[in-house]
Amino acid sequence: MQLLGTRQGGAMLVRLIGELDHHSAVKTREELDAYLRDESVKNLTLDLSSLTFMDSSGIGVIIGRYKLINGRGGTLTIQKPAPNVDKLLRMSGVYGIVRKVGS
Amino acid sequence: MDNEMVIRFKSVSQNEGFARVVVGAFAAQINPTLEELSDIKMAVSEAVTNSIIHGYGNAPGGVVEIRARLSGKDLYLEISDEGKGIADIAKAREPFYTSCPEMDRSGMGFTVMETFMDTMEVQSGLGQGTTVRMTKRVAAEQSLDAQC
Repeated sequence: MQLLGTRQGGAMLVRLIGELDHHSAVKTREELDAYLRDESVKNLTLDLSSLTFMDSSGIGVIIGRYKLINGRGGTLTIQKPAPNVDKLLRMSGVYGIVRKVGS
Repeated sequence: MDNEMVIRFKSVSQNEGFARVVVGAFAAQINPTLEELSDIKMAVSEAVTNSIIHGYGNAPGGVVEIRARLSGKDLYLEISDEGKGIADIAKAREPFYTSCPEMDRSGMGFTVMETFMDTMEVQSGLGQGTTVRMTKRVAAEQSLDAQC
């Protein structure tokens, strides 16, 4: 798993490249939280277009970051998930709290 | 297509990806669609992760075993560990229930297995390890084998 972050004012865009499972979840969580350490970052967008696999460990990571961002009054957006990732996000109810852009 | 395989591997998280790839490659013999294949990989990942995290408490000394069988359009999977077992299976199967909330665990593992496979059953008890049995029937058996 590789993460590429780009800061745009008060927003952070992070592209996740690879597979997000229990094995890669710890590193992913730590790197995302490092990007969010600066509390002036209010909004987070996760670009999932290069995420080839995600299981429920990824749901845990996303919901954890949602809580953090929501606590700051910001929004979490998910961008361009692949069909397999989108199916998991849909069935687990993530789109009830997190906005999706792109298909 | 009739075929069988067994793999056994250590309870380390690197093997989650390994298990997905092996079962995916095996199941490819009954020509699943891309969606069916990713459903199968998802379910394998969830079951193996449960064995590693919950069965063995993230300790590397355990062994996870996967038995897979293909028969016609059907995949039969059995994923077992000899870990600590589950005291209350009904509770463990509830969506969003997790015994590890502080670890950012979603509690969706069994729900994902149930949703993405056709059938799923759990056999477990405290100190008896856990076995998860799942089946999936693929839509079409299109033979890609050369007819010679």
